[in-house]
Amino acid sequence: MTIPGIPLLLQAIVNGILMGGVYGLIAVGLTLIFGVMNIINFAHGAFMMLGMYATYWLYVLLGIDPYLSLLLTIPLLFIVGLLIERFLIAQVLDAPGHNQLLLTLGISLFIENFAICLWSPNFRTLEIPYLQNVVNIGTVMISIPKVIAFLSAIIFTALLYYFLKKTDMGKAIRAASEEKEGALTVGINLKKIYYVAFGIGAACVGAAGTVIAPFFYVNPHVGGIFVIVAFVVVVLGGMGNFIGAFFAGLIIGLAESVGAAFVPGQVKQFIIYFIFILVLLFKPEGLFGRSNE
Amino acid sequence: MSFLKADEINVQYEDMHVLQEVTMEIDQQKIVTIVGANGAGKTTFLKTIAGILRPTSGEIRFLGDRIDHLYPHKIVEKGLVRIPEGRKIFPSLSVLENLELGSYLPKPKAKRPESLEKVFFLFPVLKERSKQLAGTLSGGEQQMLAIGRGIMSLPRLLMLDEPSLGLAPVLVREIFRSVREINKQGTTILLVEQNVFTALDLAHDGYVLENGRIVLKGKSKDLLHNEHIKEAFLGI
Repeated sequence: MTIPGIPLLLQAIVNGILMGGVYGLIAVGLTLIFGVMNIINFAHGAFMMLGMYATYWLYVLLGIDPYLSLLLTIPLLFIVGLLIERFLIAQVLDAPGHNQLLLTLGISLFIENFAICLWSPNFRTLEIPYLQNVVNIGTVMISIPKVIAFLSAIIFTALLYYFLKKTDMGKAIRAASEEKEGALTVGINLKKIYYVAFGIGAACVGAAGTVIAPFFYVNPHVGGIFVIVAFVVVVLGGMGNFIGAFFAGLIIGLAESVGAAFVPGQVKQFIIYFIFILVLLFKPEGLFGRSNE
Repeated sequence: MSFLKADEINVQYEDMHVLQEVTMEIDQQKIVTIVGANGAGKTTFLKTIAGILRPTSGEIRFLGDRIDHLYPHKIVEKGLVRIPEGRKIFPSLSVLENLELGSYLPKPKAKRPESLEKVFFLFPVLKERSKQLAGTLSGGEQQMLAIGRGIMSLPRLLMLDEPSLGLAPVLVREIFRSVREINKQGTTILLVEQNVFTALDLAHDGYVLENGRIVLKGKSKDLLHNEHIKEAFLGI
């Protein structure tokens, strides 16, 4: 272990918060799906990878700006999620948990391997001239695409929060996540709620993929790196707790980045799982509790 | 054409026969009650009308149309609204949000302001607590909220499953008063109760369910004086 200097520590804090916002957005989608359907979506990382590739190809082939591509990747992933729920996940909603796990894991393997067939396992990077800039504030270097990713994550989370709080559809999603029989009695079509919620979850992680693509490599397995972290975030935030997930994302981002300043590079993953185990041992309901209780 | 008619309904869970040849007719504007012991099949019957359970045989008609194959939300759309046992309100949503969700479907939504006024008139306490989370209400208030949420769906038939369960006698009277009031305003009521005497006292017609079969039916005034009922439920 090394003791970092103040400049390095500040740098780590800034990086941690910026990445934490993105972790938050990924986890928000995951926790929404879990809260409503009680399903752990192992295909979440594959959805993120699809969002990244969509952004990559839209830029490389058509020259569409990565941030402008959000207008396409969000609806695209919403539809992908919706169709997968409607035709596959819906079949196992009443099945035991291990069947659901096998299905979402199978979907994930399928999508990732299909991506390898189509696009090869090569690592690709987007090189966008105007995003290469770094702003210096004192000794801290701030990368522009990370700032944009962070701000986008806040905006998308806030929009989703507004949707869930203020619209009838959003209220119906919250209602269905906490009281299924009550939802049926007011005429809510649960099947529709499920595919809409799943679509929204996929759209969130797709958006996260798009805003990460400008500063991270693209590869068929890239989703796994983020989604494993997102599972920790979801548990930390309280399974199904929307706001908890976002703040837990910030905490994990910070822990990972600041931790990496103290320990050698490859050991930093250890810190996340160490937190995960502590939470499971001492506060299994998560830091913020389950939203429904 | 009858308002609601269930014809020889059979419902089975795995190999258990929960309802056997249940035939029931409900006239418009009436209060009809189904009484019977725990496990007699009362809740199963309401869930079957609401489309949550499917009958293995038999048919259910509402105003002449078959409804026994419809999805639950389509049945609510037709105006058959069930207030489930245990209320099933949305605890982390506010009282107002709970009521708004009662008018989730397009037709009730168009009448949301009028319906809200009606509910607040019937249960003024819900207006006082409209911003509170529903989970923080007392048991009696939660039951009022569940009924209020049902009214928001513009019911033509309101089905209440054990509304008096777990409530103090003074609140039971309050709930039954509101049921009578809702009926006076033109809504047909199907009331399931273990509280046999109070339910028969309130209703026009009654059915007695035992082990999934209807063993008695008639005007509730007559049922109140029936020897079998006195013996089985009233302990007289």
